[in-house]
Amino acid sequence: MSRCLSERAIDHVVLERGEVAHSWRTERWDSLRLLTPNWQSRLPGFFYRGDDPDGYRTLPEVIDFITDYAKSIAAPVRTHTNVTSVRGNEDGYLVRTDQGGWRCRILVLASGACNIARVPAFASRMPAAITQVTAQQYRNPAALADGGVLVVGASASGTQIAHEVHRSGRPVFMSVGEHIRAPRLYRGRDLEWWMDAAGVLDERYDQVEDISRARRVPSLQLAGTPDRSTLDLNALTAIGVKLVGRLAGITDDGKAQFAGSLRNMCAMSDLKMNRLLDLIDEWARTNGLGDNVAPAERLSPTRVEDAPPLGLDLKAGAIKTIIWATGFRPDYSWLEVPVLDRKGMLIHDGGVAAAPGLYLMGTPFLRRRKSTLIDGAGDDARELSAHLAAYLDGARKRLSA
Amino acid sequence: MANTSTNATSTVDNGVNVAALISAREALAQAPQAAQFKWRAACEWKNGTHSHSTVEGYYGLGQEQRHRRTFTFDADHPEVFASEDNGATPVEYVLVGLASCLTAGIAAVAQHRNIQLRSVTATIEGDMDIQGILGVDSDVRNGFGGIKVTYKIDADAKREDIEALVAQSQKRSAVYDIVTNPTNVTVVVN
Repeated sequence: MSRCLSERAIDHVVLERGEVAHSWRTERWDSLRLLTPNWQSRLPGFFYRGDDPDGYRTLPEVIDFITDYAKSIAAPVRTHTNVTSVRGNEDGYLVRTDQGGWRCRILVLASGACNIARVPAFASRMPAAITQVTAQQYRNPAALADGGVLVVGASASGTQIAHEVHRSGRPVFMSVGEHIRAPRLYRGRDLEWWMDAAGVLDERYDQVEDISRARRVPSLQLAGTPDRSTLDLNALTAIGVKLVGRLAGITDDGKAQFAGSLRNMCAMSDLKMNRLLDLIDEWARTNGLGDNVAPAERLSPTRVEDAPPLGLDLKAGAIKTIIWATGFRPDYSWLEVPVLDRKGMLIHDGGVAAAPGLYLMGTPFLRRRKSTLIDGAGDDARELSAHLAAYLDGARKRLSA
Repeated sequence: MANTSTNATSTVDNGVNVAALISAREALAQAPQAAQFKWRAACEWKNGTHSHSTVEGYYGLGQEQRHRRTFTFDADHPEVFASEDNGATPVEYVLVGLASCLTAGIAAVAQHRNIQLRSVTATIEGDMDIQGILGVDSDVRNGFGGIKVTYKIDADAKREDIEALVAQSQKRSAVYDIVTNPTNVTVVVN
């Protein structure tokens, strides 16, 4: 957005509570790799020029990438400037920070969708001997106690953490709720390549049937595996991770209770994956790619044992740590503008918030399916900066009239 | 005069008023207090293991509501339990509840997805080791060890789409949720 505003000669600052790429520096686990390939991180005027376009950036590489971009566009970033409150005033917004205040006509919220780890309320009933860690706090297996680990959540974070924790010699139980399985490579190409080429990632928010549902759909169970292997529940089962149902509660005597819905969770995930692959096959056929790529295939269904355990005694000593990979929510506690719905989510139309001159970036399906990808920021910023510039012109005309 | 109104976009009719359900969903999103329901049943002991239950009123949309008529249910145990078999066993009512909830969901989801159903039949089976309820072995639970539902569905749709109907119906089913998740139960004596 800063780059698009500079192109339009719109005077602006970027407030950053820490260093550029703060959340990547402070809220990610050590081994994390970006789940999109190098070539796919395209930003306005900036793209990958290295010799490994199909690789996945390591965490330090992601930090460098974002930092280099900020430098290359000379973004007017004020680092170590923490926003403490935002209020509307007569001609815009009053932004208070720990480094003084700002008045602005226009405010773009780019603070992200993943500020606070969601943890179910019954986590407070966890036996005291169990250490609780969120995916945001988790760093590496060595930082965990020896002994068993219950990973709750089977999307991209949960599966990757379960994989490395189990391989560290700590037996892992994985509690599986809704998730969407996805092969890393399909017909010899990265799944992201297919979704990009077939236009899936460009699908717009005003073209989908039910946008509020589309914004709630879990993200794909993808991992930036160096060997480009698929990290799905079958891969976890193969190394000895034990799958259990969604964590439904913890009893007063410290027993975890798992839902009996594991089979349907896996069936739904397989069906959703296969629908995506059907769409890709159809696109490949109509675009004449059939002979240039490997033949269509389907992964074997997710394996679920006949009678997965419905409970686990958390006081018996086998489980030492529970890792919550149960998703995130944004933090708008500093936003004193009445634009939140009853669930605390910001009301907006494709990033144009329900308050004049207020914009949003980087949340699920903001304007396109790719809106939460680095690769999605460019298109969203181009369109929102156009809307923003028109609003600013209108405001200037109103003032001079 | 004949009603000549037609639905231009869909000729699928599973007897489910999806438009009403969707407008209810939108209305309740604005007024979540109206979404608070209480479902009720009354049960009276007859003799032995035989009881007689009635379902009549419930609360929802901000007020007391009534079914079109009172529904009654006799529950008992079969003769192998030395009972008189005046009705289905309570656990069979649970199976009836689960199968009918999933089946209703299949019809609703099919209507929403423009899939014409021709026939839907389910058989449902719950495994139970009655050493639990008889107190023979405290390691055996009272309830079902597992439940298996088998659907036969004839519809204008591919097999994957039918499987997706059945999966979505489980996702949205109240009884499936009740059976697969724990629920706090409070029993008091007045």
